[in-house]
Amino acid sequence: MENLDQKFNETIKMGLEIVKETEEDRLMTLSVGPQHPGSGHFRFTIKVDGDYVVYCDPDPGYVHRGEEKMCEYRNFIQNIPHLERPVIHDSTNITYSYSLAVEELTNIQVPLRGQYIRALASELNRQVYTLYWLGIYGIFLGHSTMFMWPVGDRELFIDLLEALTGARVTHAFNIPGGVRNDMPEGFKERCLRQVAYFEKRLDEYEDIFYNNPLFRQRTEGVGILTKEDAIKLGVTGSVLRASGIPFDVRKAEPYDIYNEIDFKVQYMKTGDSFARSMVPFLDMRESCQIIRQLLDKMPQSGEVRAKLQPNPKGPAGESYKRVESGRGALGYYIVSDGTPKPYRVKLSVGSFRNILALPYLLIGSKLADMPSIYWSLNYWPVEADR
Amino acid sequence: MATAPKDFRFGNFVGSLIQLIFWILIIVTLVGLPLIFIILFYVPLPPVNGEVLTPYLFFSMMVDPTRTIPIINFMIHTDMFRVAVFPGFSYAALLAAATIFIERKFLAKMQLRIGPLYAGKIEGILQLIADGLKLISKEIIVPSGADKPIFWTAPVAFVVTAAAVVSLIPAAPGWVVADLDVGIIAVFAFLGFFPLIALLFSWASNSKYPFIGGMRALHQMIAFEIPFILSALPVVILAGSLNLTDMANAQYSYWFVFFLPISAFVFYISSLAELERIPFDLPEAESEIVAGWLTETSGMIYGLIQLGTYVKLYALAGLFVILFLGGWAGPQIFPEEIMPGYTGEKIYNATTVNAVFWFTLKTLGMIMLILLPRGINPRIRIDILLHTGWYKLIVLAFINIFVALLLVYGGVLGPGGLLST
Repeated sequence: MENLDQKFNETIKMGLEIVKETEEDRLMTLSVGPQHPGSGHFRFTIKVDGDYVVYCDPDPGYVHRGEEKMCEYRNFIQNIPHLERPVIHDSTNITYSYSLAVEELTNIQVPLRGQYIRALASELNRQVYTLYWLGIYGIFLGHSTMFMWPVGDRELFIDLLEALTGARVTHAFNIPGGVRNDMPEGFKERCLRQVAYFEKRLDEYEDIFYNNPLFRQRTEGVGILTKEDAIKLGVTGSVLRASGIPFDVRKAEPYDIYNEIDFKVQYMKTGDSFARSMVPFLDMRESCQIIRQLLDKMPQSGEVRAKLQPNPKGPAGESYKRVESGRGALGYYIVSDGTPKPYRVKLSVGSFRNILALPYLLIGSKLADMPSIYWSLNYWPVEADR
Repeated sequence: MATAPKDFRFGNFVGSLIQLIFWILIIVTLVGLPLIFIILFYVPLPPVNGEVLTPYLFFSMMVDPTRTIPIINFMIHTDMFRVAVFPGFSYAALLAAATIFIERKFLAKMQLRIGPLYAGKIEGILQLIADGLKLISKEIIVPSGADKPIFWTAPVAFVVTAAAVVSLIPAAPGWVVADLDVGIIAVFAFLGFFPLIALLFSWASNSKYPFIGGMRALHQMIAFEIPFILSALPVVILAGSLNLTDMANAQYSYWFVFFLPISAFVFYISSLAELERIPFDLPEAESEIVAGWLTETSGMIYGLIQLGTYVKLYALAGLFVILFLGGWAGPQIFPEEIMPGYTGEKIYNATTVNAVFWFTLKTLGMIMLILLPRGINPRIRIDILLHTGWYKLIVLAFINIFVALLLVYGGVLGPGGLLST
């Protein structure tokens, strides 16, 4: 904590030094959000001196819904649908770690096929989220084609998930004890076909977006988060991996069947906006491989869901489980007092951890770099507010 | 698609139509016709077949086609026609409308979309009219503390300046509103007004984001003005004239783009910056500064500025065609006469029609080229932009000035040159 405070004070001091050199009234205070087209349900106040940002104060909390408190009034199963709401584009992953934690509390063993389907849905949903994120990153930099293409290709995975779960966005598919239902017929072939097509599209994304000299000029060397700062600030997910730390929950503490899957943790060493935008893209490539392996290694038949009692409950105790979501480690800390309802649920999300880095990266950078730094932090305002 | 309201009665519909026609007739006879006659009394009409034309005669002659031709011929050679219709505002506005339609459909095809589809039977062709009606019907909100006179004047000034640039662009030999001997200088003089208008408007808005946008517009346009002018200089050297019509005529056989490709490139990039199009749309950068200097515009104020922007786009595309692509030069594809054996007074002139056809075709092609970067590029950053403008483009522009001088002194092009016509 002291380190963090020190770091924050240093950064503020750096900003104020820039201020001292000039006159105070040269500064312009801008409120970016919540009605700014480049902010989302989120606000940060910045002060600019000419084109340079000298002060930044993130102000989340516009969409706080009290998810954690709501959990205390519902039993373990009833909690599933409303827990998806903070991040509906990644709704399978946000219920994944919840299910894992509840299974540990209530001693439920998930059937093997259920574990595979769960991982499959999780990977597909991560693609959906990352494509949406990438589309918004494109339009934030003024690249309208990069908005239309990923959002259009996102339909591939939404269709697959619709076939698998029955819903397009909010699936409520993961439940304690497995998944809600089995794969439909012919799903494997369809999935392989669409993933193969999607990999071709990824090459085209690389051509039009990542290899574009203008995009590289705008993002390379912008908002550098060093390895040490990344650890101090506690960022997770793609932001952490972009700073040169190959940390992925799927690899570091494998849950379900992820220890049987062979994949690499993609990371980059530069820690700038370009690396932070590239790592999710590399993750998408890797995810396609994971989907193939999951479909191959999956048992051909079997139960997908353990038999549960009505109102499952376990002994009093606590459990902490986390999974790798589209934005990084997503963990649940659940305390049970032996009743069917949780005593306390704490939701730890990647978004909130990543936004802590915003002031450090923004102060001293140019105003024009604001969207590229802000959105490269892989931040989902609704999830951070919970 | 079409749904009738619940209390729809066919009789009421017919009744309302009849009512409409009744009122139109009343207004036309009581206001319209007198107005036309008043105007015709003041407009000097030509003598036809020896008799002086009166407004009454004019209306009776309109019915007889053979006697109408001289009147039409007289009309299309008036200054009013040039300003309002052909090389002037209507033509420019029509091309601007075509540009908006092409932009939507062309970008949609690039982005794997469909584009506008519902307004109008064919491919959403009436979308622009729908948008225009929407903008007209919207309330114009003036921010509190705004400098009202400037706030209201700036959008009008924007369109007027764009129209002034258009008036200097010849669309066919002899068809230009203002045929100045210093045409190219006048064009750059008028283009210099735009950053001033942007800055005035953003200052008058009394808001932060427009102010940043206005400052960006000023920086950007000043940085690109110099390479813009320098890239047109070799054309002046080769053509030996500042008149735009002379420049187009000078490249009747050989287009200057083959001799001056670097200048053409610099001119193209600079006109992208001048037009505030992606990748140079910094003054309106949406995700950074909301809508830049247009943030406080609403309703028809926004509509006027958009109209001005697209008219300006036509003007710069036309200027590129005049300077580098040979203007209206092209193979004669229209027949000399459409009605062989007709001896009376003619409106149809094969050369002019041919020139207009080639000029319009080349301009549309150029417009497509200006629209293209929007689909493939992100926005550039302001420091990179200024660096590009001040360092790279100016140096590039100088290269072709020396090439042009070499060509003139070598006796290849220029007045009395080997290849000049």
